[in-house]
Amino acid sequence: MKRTTAVIIGAGQSGLAMSFELMQRGIDHIVLERGEVANSWRHERWDSLKLLTPNRMNALPGLPYAGPDADGFMSVRELVTRFDTCLSRTSFPIDTGTTVLSVAPSDRGYRVQTDQGALEANAVVMATGACNHPKIPAFAKAASDDMVQTSPLSYKRPSDLPEGKTLVVGASASGLQLARELQLSGRQVTLAVGNHTRMPRRYRGRDILEWMGRIGVTSTLYSDLPDLDRVRRLPSPSLTADDTLDLNLLQEFGVELVGRCVGLDGEEAHFAGSLANTCASADLKMTRLLASIDAFADQHNPKDCPADDAPLAPTQLPDGPRLRINLAREGFTSILWATGFAPDFTWLRAPHFDAKGRLMHDGGVVTKGLYVMGLPYLRYRRSTLLFGAGDDAMFLANHMQLGLERACAA
Amino acid sequence: MKTATMTKTADNGVNVEALLGARDALTQAPPAAQFTWRANCQWFNGAHSRSTINGYFGLGEEQSRATGFDIESDHPALFAATDNAATPLEIVLAALASCLTGGVASIAQHRGVQLNSVQVEVEGDMDMSGVLGIDPDVRNGFSAIRVKFHIDADAPATEIAGIVAQSQKRSAVYDIITNPGNVRTTIA
Repeated sequence: MKRTTAVIIGAGQSGLAMSFELMQRGIDHIVLERGEVANSWRHERWDSLKLLTPNRMNALPGLPYAGPDADGFMSVRELVTRFDTCLSRTSFPIDTGTTVLSVAPSDRGYRVQTDQGALEANAVVMATGACNHPKIPAFAKAASDDMVQTSPLSYKRPSDLPEGKTLVVGASASGLQLARELQLSGRQVTLAVGNHTRMPRRYRGRDILEWMGRIGVTSTLYSDLPDLDRVRRLPSPSLTADDTLDLNLLQEFGVELVGRCVGLDGEEAHFAGSLANTCASADLKMTRLLASIDAFADQHNPKDCPADDAPLAPTQLPDGPRLRINLAREGFTSILWATGFAPDFTWLRAPHFDAKGRLMHDGGVVTKGLYVMGLPYLRYRRSTLLFGAGDDAMFLANHMQLGLERACAA
Repeated sequence: MKTATMTKTADNGVNVEALLGARDALTQAPPAAQFTWRANCQWFNGAHSRSTINGYFGLGEEQSRATGFDIESDHPALFAATDNAATPLEIVLAALASCLTGGVASIAQHRGVQLNSVQVEVEGDMDMSGVLGIDPDVRNGFSAIRVKFHIDADAPATEIAGIVAQSQKRSAVYDIITNPGNVRTTIA
């Protein structure tokens, strides 16, 4: 059986970042990728998607952004091209077209079974990402058979959906972007709004993510957080590439807002009556974030950051948002579930899951020789962003190296 | 400029330590977190009835209090009834107000905000055509509920707003009203 020191599963930004770090440390390894490098970016994203991190933040291993538009936002196609460039500059040991079927502990570490054969390794790094399948509520099954249902992982463009009204469920980044795209394509969109994280794209002359870095929000280590579990479950920011797309702007485009989708029963969709508080809460959290930025800016460099002259208006609410919609009667032909994603570790044959089936890890370390990357707030809030992979890879590679050295010394 | 860190303390009569302790304990023992609340209603006459409340199930066993509580209900004279007590609808509004008020108190204390006074006005709109069977498109219950808080506290307006938002987020009665719930009825 083929042997190596480390197996990395997944050739996205996390897998490549880890491979890069292991090469620096002279640690023998293979990267296994079920499809092509950056497979999810290539095949599981929609046509018009632009990244929500500014270009300057989108470094890949050995390839910092050096283009002319550091403050702009690249399209997913441009990102894929950068991955190809990254591959042309560094020779990563990648086996593409290789699907991992199982990973199980063995005498010398781990046995990795793939559809191309088996391997033994001392260490395994799971870098398959946090978005392997969409989190769709169980009650979605109760929708009529005629209803076309999709998610941001399979949706590509408006023409995928039939003519008629669309129900978009979820108001984080994907939901907002796709609600706008579908409304502007001529479909009447109803957007079901649950908990979400509102923030402006820019504030006082700088990008919001840059501010979050400066004030320490994206650089607080996971173990320094009092309530890590809660923070890991926070909805991802409702940010898009362009200047602030928010619920007010969507309503100006004609999108109807309703509360969180709480049920379907064949014909009717039901929505919670808590939309007012959901939006008020999101507005309040945004106000607190901006106040933290103000406190920082005023203390450190008030002259460099002029006070904001166009602050975001509070979320305008419809007077009596609808609680039920008869989807069939009103001509809804599709539902887009922008309700989040979940990772898939069903191939891991080891008892590292909690009562709710979630993988347990300590800042990316599952157990001796077993690592995970790219999960929400793995080590920092930026762990799921492109530029966060590098730092996490460095730490985990060091951990792996220490572990291997100790094993050799023993 | 140095910013001094002030530890805010408040006493709104809430034992926050006990609540946080309960939260930790129940995180470790999920079955103990399963509670069942009860009310036992006796009909008198017409729309007049009395609900008695005492025992409940929680922390893995039956719980009871030294004395029970009574809540009567009736319909007003306008409904050609005996007007002995509040209507069930008003009791629901009172329940919402109480749940949110209690929440405000404990969240405020947890956040070190001293409350001086809290008063909550609740209104629920209802089209009688629903319950009277006049119009099938009109629902039986409230079409809209408005809650207005009057809060005097040692904190800026945004902090108070945050407390109010959080109280709704964690309110049982708010959830009961704004989300669907199953009711199953049997006859003994």
